[in-house]
Parts: sequence; structure tokens; C-alpha cells
Amino acid sequence: MNHHASISTEKLKRNFQEVVPGLREKDAMDEATRCLYCYDAPCIKACPTGINIPSFIKKIASGNMKGSARVIMEANPVGASCARVCPTSELCEGACVLNHASSPIMIGQLQRYATDWAMKNRVTLFEKGESNGKTAAVIGGGPAGLSAARELARLGYKVTIYESKAQAGGLNTYGIVSFRLPQQVALWEVEQVEKLGVTILTNITVGKDIQVDEIVNEYDYIVLAVGLGKVPSLGIEGEELDGVYDAIQLVEDTKTRPLETLSVGKRVVVIGAGNTAIDAATCSRRLGAERVTMMYRRTENEMTAYDFEYEFAKQEGVEFRWLVTPKRIIGDENGRVKALECVRMELGQPDESGRPRPITVEGSEFTVEVDSVIKAIGQNKLLPLIEAIGLEHVQGVVKVNDNHQTSNPKVFAAGDCIFGLGNAEAMVVDAAEQGKKAAYGIHNVYLSTKKEATA
Amino acid sequence: MADLRINLGGIQAPNPFWLASAPPTNTGYQVERAFEAGWGGAVWKTLGDPIINVTSRFAGLKYNGQTIGFNNVELITDRPLEVNLKEMKEVKRKFPNHALVASLMMEPNRERWHELVKAVEDVGVDGLELNFGCPHGMAERGMGSAVGQHPELVQLQTEWVKEVAQTPVIVKLTPNITDIRYTARAAKQGGADAISMINTINSLMGVDIDTWNPIPHIDGKGAHGGYCGPAVKPIALNMVAECARDPQVNLPISGIGGISNWRDAVEFMLMGSSGIQVCTAAMLYGFRIVEDMIEGLNNYLDERGIESVMEIVGKSVPRYSEWGNLNLNYKVVARIDEESCINCNRCHIACEDTSHQCIDIIQAEDGREKLTVREEDCVGCNLCSIVCPIEDCITMIEIPSNQPPLTWREHTALMNSAQ
Repeated sequence: MNHHASISTEKLKRNFQEVVPGLREKDAMDEATRCLYCYDAPCIKACPTGINIPSFIKKIASGNMKGSARVIMEANPVGASCARVCPTSELCEGACVLNHASSPIMIGQLQRYATDWAMKNRVTLFEKGESNGKTAAVIGGGPAGLSAARELARLGYKVTIYESKAQAGGLNTYGIVSFRLPQQVALWEVEQVEKLGVTILTNITVGKDIQVDEIVNEYDYIVLAVGLGKVPSLGIEGEELDGVYDAIQLVEDTKTRPLETLSVGKRVVVIGAGNTAIDAATCSRRLGAERVTMMYRRTENEMTAYDFEYEFAKQEGVEFRWLVTPKRIIGDENGRVKALECVRMELGQPDESGRPRPITVEGSEFTVEVDSVIKAIGQNKLLPLIEAIGLEHVQGVVKVNDNHQTSNPKVFAAGDCIFGLGNAEAMVVDAAEQGKKAAYGIHNVYLSTKKEATA
Repeated sequence: MADLRINLGGIQAPNPFWLASAPPTNTGYQVERAFEAGWGGAVWKTLGDPIINVTSRFAGLKYNGQTIGFNNVELITDRPLEVNLKEMKEVKRKFPNHALVASLMMEPNRERWHELVKAVEDVGVDGLELNFGCPHGMAERGMGSAVGQHPELVQLQTEWVKEVAQTPVIVKLTPNITDIRYTARAAKQGGADAISMINTINSLMGVDIDTWNPIPHIDGKGAHGGYCGPAVKPIALNMVAECARDPQVNLPISGIGGISNWRDAVEFMLMGSSGIQVCTAAMLYGFRIVEDMIEGLNNYLDERGIESVMEIVGKSVPRYSEWGNLNLNYKVVARIDEESCINCNRCHIACEDTSHQCIDIIQAEDGREKLTVREEDCVGCNLCSIVCPIEDCITMIEIPSNQPPLTWREHTALMNSAQ
């Protein structure tokens, strides 16, 4: 690779350490005591997994740390990850009653304090339930799959997770930058699920290494929690050049390969303005890139990244250019990216996502010199797999009923694969709640068939 | 999962967490909610002859935003006896395994006591608690603490009740007294099956410096009330411990006084309580607080491999003695951990102004300031470790003594024999 930004190995390692420190003991106790312990607290209602927040905070204050971790993880099987990545100012902390009187309780940090304690003290929080003789296959070991598996195991099902990567955890393990979510946090959550007797088969891709039919026939129930696929192509000239990256692949590389082997050069452009784009941009800065620009075809107002991520990116020195779209990637004689031709946009009437449609401003092309172009424009649906199972879907979004049951009564779905259109970001905490609901959906169906059988 | 069941003088309960006789146990609706929330027992709000309550009955004492003390000028039940009895019967029907105890107060008349006891036991309560402690409103009529401050009256009225009671009798003692052991012994003499303590402490919460009214005030006038809440815990704990170690008392104890969480409950049980009662914490947060109390206690016992909570009752009592029996040759000194010290200098000024002037602020080699204890001058009083805001920054370290233990009693005896 050319255009290596020179950066030492120690600096690289430091750059990818967790940015936000956890609370120290005095801070945690002071903050836990400051919580009013509301009745019918709005923070509980704001949490998609319904964690009993006042309860876990009170347990920190009373010195019942094990109880605190249990309350969190019971409602949210990936509660340790969520403590670090949830947009708390839009969820629990945004709802805190103290917003109207002083300042909201640092709920995310307290949740991290309790789950860090559980990890450090190697506590096992849950046990598997008495066997009910039923089996379940969970396709995909990310937050939705893990949550479904955990709840099914507690309800007595024999669960097997099929994970296509080398380790489970999904985007928590591979997709969210190390300096926001260290891998060992996600892997601890995976370990907790394994301890309930859940079998996790890794390096096995359903539809490729094993046929769907085998799974659908072998198990009593199936949970489809496969998430989404790769970043789609931009559909422009030059995409095959050396130096064009998939944002999700880049972040995964920073979590799985030695950092010294990675380089994005000195000047980077990231196409997109969601949280993944910000992850790719901040990774690039931390890999030594001097100038990192995020380009988005709409404006700041339509950007889907969380406010705190936006602020973080700005502090990292990432630049933002709004109302710009890439038109053509230009390579040098060695087939390497050397420049990016862009065109300006303006906003028109709302499109089907409800956001203003970007319209090309004719003749407004301009070119910038770049070493890398990183695509962060969303993710493809895993259509081939959905169709192989034969499930009803809307443009690749699997259709489910209130029980999270698909058009195949044995198959239930949760997570990004049922995430619809819109301008909201799919949150890890949503995936966790959907995973739980899919498990309860299965149990509802199982109990009603059992009742019919004995009637 | 440890076994949290207790037996207090013959009264069984699924766990040690009971609600004390107070506003939270006024009605059947409330007691049922409490049992549903997980409380193991409840002592009903004191039954007796009709009274009339005033408004503006409570006051709180806040410290740094937390309510640490509470005071009330409320009296016993202001609802008719029949209504209370009917509701108690219904509660027992719905919750046969929870402990329901009736608190009683009656004028000093033997026949009237007998009548009340029989009427109450008729509805199926698990035990009785005799209120010899209400410090306001009833004492003026010869009841409540007017009884509790006189050992002979405690003994007499306990005997009266025991003449007819079929269920265990708990005598609730007042702390507004010189030495609670005397009234505890009197309860024992009277035949009590258990004692509970403490009731509330005489108090005046404050004065409104703008209006010059007492706090609380009722139409511009105030009267002393009963103090409770976290602030009274050390007073209550001491009284429990003194009674627990007194061979002339020798009765099961229900510990009351500022218990807010599972740790407080463990402390009271270690110092001799077979069960505990809570009021203020429930009034501040609601009945849901019992969930963490139960879980915290369970985790505590599990971590130590203790199977039943009754095993911890009284385990610290043998270590509670008299000043004259303390070892004068036990030496500790303060040690400050440089790593955790944040240089607030609070330890220095506390020691310099009010203790033994042995903490110095010195310049370390790197130019920063360092707090250090002159151990040869340190008397090991603990003051610095109390004022330090950082947990475990200042620890009291035992300095092994080359002298055998020596108490004041022994020291005095030696002095006398030398003369």
C-alpha cells in the first residue's frame, strides 16, 4: 500500500483503547445516591428493553452489586454493550425527571459500572431452565440472536446458534469501534449465554455451509437473526479500484487484524452520515489519516448519526461536507485511488423515507484528491437467504406478526433483518428486545399447541 | 438461596423484614400491598380508644439533599376498633403465612386490657405488641411512654396481658429513658415473650427562623414529636446490643430504628435481633424497597455459605462489652495512601485543630504536596479516616504491641494492689 501515514505501534494501540473512562467508586456512589428512585419512572419506559433502572441504581447504592448486574442483564442480555453504545440522551437519560431540576443521572455510566463489576468478578447471573424437550435453532449470533437464545434457554429449550463468523456477538464484536466498545465486553455477553447450555457453532454460514432445509426440518423452532449484509455499491465508475473500502469491513479489520497492517492513507473520504460512517471516519483518524471528510448527500438535519457521535467526530477533527454526492472515483496508473469527483446536491420534496429528496445541481462537479474512499451508505438485505427459507418480505424486510412469527409458522425473526424503512438508526437495544420477544413468541405458540394437544 | 425464615419468640415469618406499627400499617389495603411486595410481617398501627389527629403531623431533617431524620406528632389509630379488626381478619385470611401482629395501647385498667386482648386475638393475629413507647399525645393520659419509663408499670401491664393472651407478647420499649435495660428486665419479669426497640425519640425538628414557629407547627403552635429515620440508627443499635448482652433480659429482640437497607438489617441481627421492623424508609420510598433488602440479604448469606439467616443472630454480641473491659494496649495508627489521596487536606485541618496535630502537609520530591501521618504522635483516634472523602484512602493499621492486653479494670486493680 502507498501513502502510509507514519504512526507508531504504541500510538495505534492507545488510539484504539476505550475513549470514555468508566466511573470511579466515589463518582458511582455519589451519582447512585443522587438518583431519586422515582416510582413508575420515565427512564424505565424510555428503555426499549424496560430495564428497571431505579432498582439497579439503588442496588449500587446499597452495595448489592450482583443484584444490580442481574437487574440489568435480565432485561437486556447485551446490557454491558448497551451501557456503552446506547444513545442515552435520547432514551433513559433524556427521560430522567432531573432534566427539569438539575441534571439527568448518568444512567449509562452507572449501567457500565455494574456490568464492569460483574465482568471483573466473573459472576454468573442466570441458570438454564428445566428442559421442556423442545429445540430451537437461532441463525445469527448477534444481539438479537443472543437475546433470543438466552431467553429460550431460561425457558427450557435446547438452543443452538449458527454463527457465520469466527466468534459470536455480531456487530458488537465486529462492527462497533474498539474505542467505543472493546471486543471483550461483547464476548463476555456471549459467554454468559453459553453458560446456559446454549451451543454456539461458529464459522458456519446457513445457506452456504449448511442448507436451510436441514435446519428448518431438524429443529422445533427457528429464530432468524441474521441482520443485514455488506454495504451496497455506490454504482459509480472506479469502485473496483484499490483503496475503496466497505466501512463495516474496515471497522471489523480494526477489531480482528493487527493495527499496523492497516492503512487508509493520509486523505480519506467517507460517503454517508450514519453511525457506521462516523465509526469509519474516526477509525481513519486513529489509523493516522490527516484529513478525513464525511460526505453526505443531504444535510446535518437529516443525518442519522447520534448527536454524541457527531460531537465526538468533530472533536476527532473529522470534517463534514453536506449536500455532496460522489460521481466518479479516479485511479492512478497502478489501479489505486487518487481522486474523487463529486457533485453538489440540493434538497427537494420528501421521498419515501420521509426525508427531503436530494437533487443533483447540474454542472456543479468538483474533484478532491484522496487516498481512500470508504462507503458507509447502509447495508444490503440478505435477500437470497430469506428467499431460500421462503419467507414473506417487503423489499427484503422480513414480515412478522406480534409474536415475531414469519410466514413460516416454525420460523420467527428479530433484529436488523426485520428493521423497516425510515430514517432512524437500528439500535442494539432494539435488537435485544426483539430477540426476547421472538423467544416469548415461540413460547406462546408452544404453550398454545401444548394446550390444544391436551384439550 | 438462603433460608430467610425467622422465629421471634414463637412468631414465625417468611423473612425478617417487618413493617413497624405506624402510618404504613394503618389499613388492610396498605398491609396487603406490603405483603404482596414481599414484607414478611407487619405490626398493625396501634389499636386503642378513639383519638383525633392533627394535620401537619410530619417533619423531615435533610442533610446534603438526603432525608436523614423524620419526626411525627401523629397518634395511634384514629379508625374504629371494629373496622381495624375486620380488616386484620381479612389480611390473615389472604396471607396465612405472613406475621400479623397487633400493637395495643390501653389506659392502666386490667379489665380493659383483658377485653382488648381477647377481642384482637379473636381475629387470628399471630402476636401482640404492647405500645409502652408513644412519646406524645398518649403519655399525657398515662399511656405509651408514661408506662414505658417506669419499670414497675411495664412489668405490671405485661403481666395483665399475659394473664389472658394466647399468642406471643412483644413489649415495645421507649428510648426516652435513662437505661433501657431496666424496662427490658421488667418486661421479662412480666412474662414477655420478646421485646422490640426502639420506639421514637423525643424531638423538636426545627424552628422556622422567618415566622418563629416550631417545625412542624399546627396553627402556630408545636409540641414534641417522635424522631426516627437513619439518624437514630446508632442509638437504636446500642440499645438492642445492651439488651442482647444483658443476662437479666435474655429475650428475643425485634430491632427497630433507622433501618433503610439490607446492610442495616444485618447489623441489627448480628447485635441480637431475631427480626427487624422498618417504618421511615418505607414512608420515603414505598413498599418496593423490601425487594433489594431480601435479595441483598440472600446474596450476603450465600457468599458466606450461611444457610439460614437465624445463624447470624447475636454473632457480634459477645464482642460488645463495657469500656472498662477494652484493651488499653491495642494500638492503631492512621496511614494515608498516596495513590488515592486527592489532596483536599481535610484530614490535616481536622487533626490539627481538634485532635493530636500529627498530619503534616509536606513537599514531596516531585514538587507536589503529600499528606503524611507522624505515627509516633498518632493516637489512632480515627478522625482523619472519617473526614476523608475517598473510600479506603486512609486506613487504621494495627501496630503489634509487645505488651499483653490490659483493661482499665485490671490497670486499676494493679494500681490499688501496688499501694
